[in-house]
Amino acid sequence: MNPTAAASKSTLPPIKRGIPAAIQYAGTGLALAAVWWIAYSLLAPVAHWLTYRAFGLKADTRLANAVEFFVFEVPKVLLLLVLVVFAVGIVRSYFTPERTRAILAGKRESVGNVLAALLGVVTPFCSCSAVPLFIGFVTAGVPLGVTFSFLISAPMVNEIALVLLFGLFGWKVAALYLGTGLFIAIGAGWTIGRLKMERHVEAWVYAAKTGPNSLGDERLDFAARVAAGREAVRDIVGRVWLYVVLGIAVGAGIHGFVPTNAMAAIMGKGAWWSVPLSVLIGVPMYSNAAGIIPIVQALLGKGAALGTVLAFMMSVIGLSLPEMIILRKVLKPRLIAVFVGVVAGGILIVGYLFNAIL
Amino acid sequence: MMKKLQILGTGCAKCQKLAAVTEDAAKAICLSYAIEKVTEIDRIVAFGVMSTPALVVDGQIKVAGKVPSFEDMKQLLA
Repeated sequence: MNPTAAASKSTLPPIKRGIPAAIQYAGTGLALAAVWWIAYSLLAPVAHWLTYRAFGLKADTRLANAVEFFVFEVPKVLLLLVLVVFAVGIVRSYFTPERTRAILAGKRESVGNVLAALLGVVTPFCSCSAVPLFIGFVTAGVPLGVTFSFLISAPMVNEIALVLLFGLFGWKVAALYLGTGLFIAIGAGWTIGRLKMERHVEAWVYAAKTGPNSLGDERLDFAARVAAGREAVRDIVGRVWLYVVLGIAVGAGIHGFVPTNAMAAIMGKGAWWSVPLSVLIGVPMYSNAAGIIPIVQALLGKGAALGTVLAFMMSVIGLSLPEMIILRKVLKPRLIAVFVGVVAGGILIVGYLFNAIL
Repeated sequence: MMKKLQILGTGCAKCQKLAAVTEDAAKAICLSYAIEKVTEIDRIVAFGVMSTPALVVDGQIKVAGKVPSFEDMKQLLA
């Protein structure tokens, strides 16, 4: 979100003397971090206690497995979400679409694609403003392929996906997702640039009269950035917590009641057609990372192959029908088709690659 | 003097929220104002904003891509 005059005039008391304020922040931060850490380390014992003592479920029954999974994963994922969304909220206060555009304008294509994909991760982005952003980039001289690298990476590689992957699968899968997501954004954007699709952008885009942005660069003090982090937690966690709970509930059901290896035949490594099928199913599906990842995790536990699962997840999060409809205002159908095709192709490669090497 | 308030946005939930906060804050500080919702994408772009919703006061962009709190909005309009 953009820094504004309002944010710098936040209701927090102004920092007058640098050192005491800094100490105050560090102290509060440390205290909160300690509380967070204690809560996090108590998750497993509390979940165990709740399942077997409080609810009195019998050990090793399907219901007990499902319930323990649920009461462990829900608070864990929510704790991780709060921490990361807060941190990302602070990081994002340093990046605005305007600043990103200024960095990307006039960059050479290959370097530009890499930068755009990286900036896509940290620049605040909402698919509802994809159109003004697209026009803002293109009319400021950001090459079309570079703009696409940004538009692909921004929704696909987001902090919520990374938190959930880290929480449910561990850091290796989260790192793989980050790496391959960036790879697809860079590769697909570069390909679109090579295809010289400029004439498939609606003509009015290039003719659009864009005014200078009078919002300008505002310097925020640290208090305002912390406030931005808090605001991000309120906004994002407030929006996705229900999906997390529902996703984990479905995941818990799969975890407890679907027999192990049930998914091996359909989503396992042996089935070559499972990767394209996952992508085909995933593209029209529209969910956020918060809802889909807990389900995906449960599938993985039942014998689905990691590559197939990654491909499914990326096509659900990265390519969405509503965004295509919004982008239709600025892109001709052919370019939309190429966009979907190139990104889906990249996802297929990733899926096969991981099934082959892991 | 009457202030001209324009809400830029294509009608997403956040745009409605920004419009509501703006009007509430304007009323709370007894501002004399005229409010307009700008929903056409070419007009939005002409202001030079890249993230919606945005608030323009007398032709000046004041907020882009977020919904300020009621308190912040009062200061911003004052």
